[in-house]
Amino acid sequence: MKIRSQIGMVLNLDKCIGCHTCSITCKNVWTSREGMEYAWFNNVETKPGIGYPKEWENQDKWNGGWVRKSNGDIQPKIGGKFRVLANIFANPDLPEIDDYYEPFDYDYQHLHTAPEVKHQPTARPRSVISGKRMQKIEWGPNWEEILGTEFAKRSKDKNFDNMQKEIYGEYENTFMMYLPRLCEHCLNPTCAASCPSGAIYKREEDGIVLIDQEKCRGWRMCVSGCPYKKIYYNWKSGKSEKCIFCYPRIEAGMPTICSETCVGRIRYLGVLLYDADKIKEVASTASETDLYEKQLEVFLDPNDPEVIAQARKDGITDSVIEAAQKSPVYKMAVDWKLALPLHPEYRTLPMVWYVPSLSPIQNAVEAGTLGMAGVIPDIRSLRIPLKYLANLLTAGDEEPIVRALERLLAMRAYKRAEHVEGIEDLEVLRQVGLSKKQAEEMYRYLAIANYEDRYVIPTGHREMNVPEAYGEKSGCGFTFGNGCGTGKSDVNMFGAKKVSRRDVIKTVNVGE
Amino acid sequence: MSNFNNLLFGVYPYITIFICIVGCWIRFDREPYTWKADSSQMLNGKGFRIASNLFHVGVIFILLGHFVGLLTPVSIYHHFISTADKQMLAMVSGGFFGVLCLIGLLMLIKRRLTDPRVRASSKTSDILILIMLLVQLVLGLMTIFVSMDHLDGSVMVLLGEWAQSIVTFQGMQAAAAIESVHIIYKLHILVGLTMILMFPFTRLVHVISVPIWYLGRRYQVVRQR
Repeated sequence: MKIRSQIGMVLNLDKCIGCHTCSITCKNVWTSREGMEYAWFNNVETKPGIGYPKEWENQDKWNGGWVRKSNGDIQPKIGGKFRVLANIFANPDLPEIDDYYEPFDYDYQHLHTAPEVKHQPTARPRSVISGKRMQKIEWGPNWEEILGTEFAKRSKDKNFDNMQKEIYGEYENTFMMYLPRLCEHCLNPTCAASCPSGAIYKREEDGIVLIDQEKCRGWRMCVSGCPYKKIYYNWKSGKSEKCIFCYPRIEAGMPTICSETCVGRIRYLGVLLYDADKIKEVASTASETDLYEKQLEVFLDPNDPEVIAQARKDGITDSVIEAAQKSPVYKMAVDWKLALPLHPEYRTLPMVWYVPSLSPIQNAVEAGTLGMAGVIPDIRSLRIPLKYLANLLTAGDEEPIVRALERLLAMRAYKRAEHVEGIEDLEVLRQVGLSKKQAEEMYRYLAIANYEDRYVIPTGHREMNVPEAYGEKSGCGFTFGNGCGTGKSDVNMFGAKKVSRRDVIKTVNVGE
Repeated sequence: MSNFNNLLFGVYPYITIFICIVGCWIRFDREPYTWKADSSQMLNGKGFRIASNLFHVGVIFILLGHFVGLLTPVSIYHHFISTADKQMLAMVSGGFFGVLCLIGLLMLIKRRLTDPRVRASSKTSDILILIMLLVQLVLGLMTIFVSMDHLDGSVMVLLGEWAQSIVTFQGMQAAAAIESVHIIYKLHILVGLTMILMFPFTRLVHVISVPIWYLGRRYQVVRQR
């Protein structure tokens, strides 16, 4: 057993209101540079829909994730090592910019400088890649917002597999939910496995997956390898970039910017201890529907004295162990089994988990009665089809979805009985296998969602990286790999374009 | 004329090789962030697979052919092949892969100059290096026709002598060896040397980073703090 720790995330989809605050704050902090305008480390999709980039879940098209070979071994779906190298000149599985969208800006300055004309001047769109006028914007980062575009297009959504999807195109049967997405910081990342340069690595102490910008050579295989399409090729710097899980904040014990700014309080961050020796075995599980249950076996009980002893032996600090014991992610994913991994069938063992969303009761008025199982309404009469959620979160197995949704409903019924009727309805909890203590905690974490319950993040102890602090005095901060250079000089012998400057369209300062 | 010849073919090669090595070293050490293949495939992938694969397969074969062909001493390859046959082999295989490379290169040049997205994101050096490659490739293909006048391999031996003298640090001897060869060969060598000079300052550096280590490494990389 080799214990490592990871900061995982849970998103409670039941409370997501689709406000995109997470996306915007993330973009403002990390991807507002030229070359990365099209890239959203965090984006919120309306489901059902083909998403961003188009049809990212369709691995018949993009070949992301892993495949299990007949000998029981796994390899990236884009191919073994020889095939990856053979495709290095031209990657056949690479999404193009139009699969995301052509990023644009508007000629706002024209509103200031237009001469006196009969009609009001307009700010027309302009591509920020070519700098050319765009006559019509045909796709954007969130084109399908709240069921935008026609059902025929949206229904290409892979999660409709094995469903009679036509009826969900009818107005009466339509359903939707929001899906905020970011890098999954997988235990078994395909991006890292498919990087020819070996530039992508997982940090041992917190499991954050990063791209070494100085080792990346821009072979762009990671973009194809990642089944979530959460690696973006920066066309200006020629390097791939991805969500960094706000590691400078995590190291300081602060939540990621997307979590911090979530107005719905849907995000949770916490430590999970896992057995690194079991990753390969679990990722190679024969049946896709077993992958979710098998992944749970990787996580270790942080209250088990044996685990604690081994963790200490493996160099995990006490503050991390303590955080793991109070981890909201452990409670929701492992203890209560409310949170489920996104597309476990990709065999990446993702570490951003989702609590499936409840939805209004279908046809309740029409039928005149609600389908009920005791006080809990029949899960199968919910508007969002179970099969759809199962295809999204459990490789098509409906049982874990039913359990999670029933537990959410049972907790509500229990609290309603307590507050409204003044009785303690333990029967409803027993039905779904919850204890009173668990239900009370669930209520506290899901309904109240205090800041200190949602984010239990041990500081990264980076000071331990610097045994001799004196030698670091007057050292340089973050630079783009040129010693202490500020990157301000306009001359670069090696012809690199400046990251801090916009070249394609002119930036106009206010008052200029 | 002889001094000029010595300068171009006896001294210039060392200048270019020195600048190439030191330039690459400085760039790799000081500016690793600029070291990359600089692919523009994601901006427009139409026809890119054919173009890029043709170009790369062609150019890799040609480069390896030059290394083996120029640097193998006569005494060694005579055990396997006669000089005349070696020249014929070089002309036929070089011609074949040269044409493959030329088709790919022309497609890539057209794409870089006419696609608005690729054009806008191009650096001057990206375009310059494509033009240089085209000139060099056309010169190289033209040598095939010149070579038809002397199929005995005598000129090829002289060119090999030049290359072998250069790598054994006998610059003047090298220059003397090719003083008499056709101007096309000389131009081909000069453009080639100039590209070595430009190497560290362009995207060509990605050639050094061929990721063969990938074949030997484990799939997952975990870094300790």
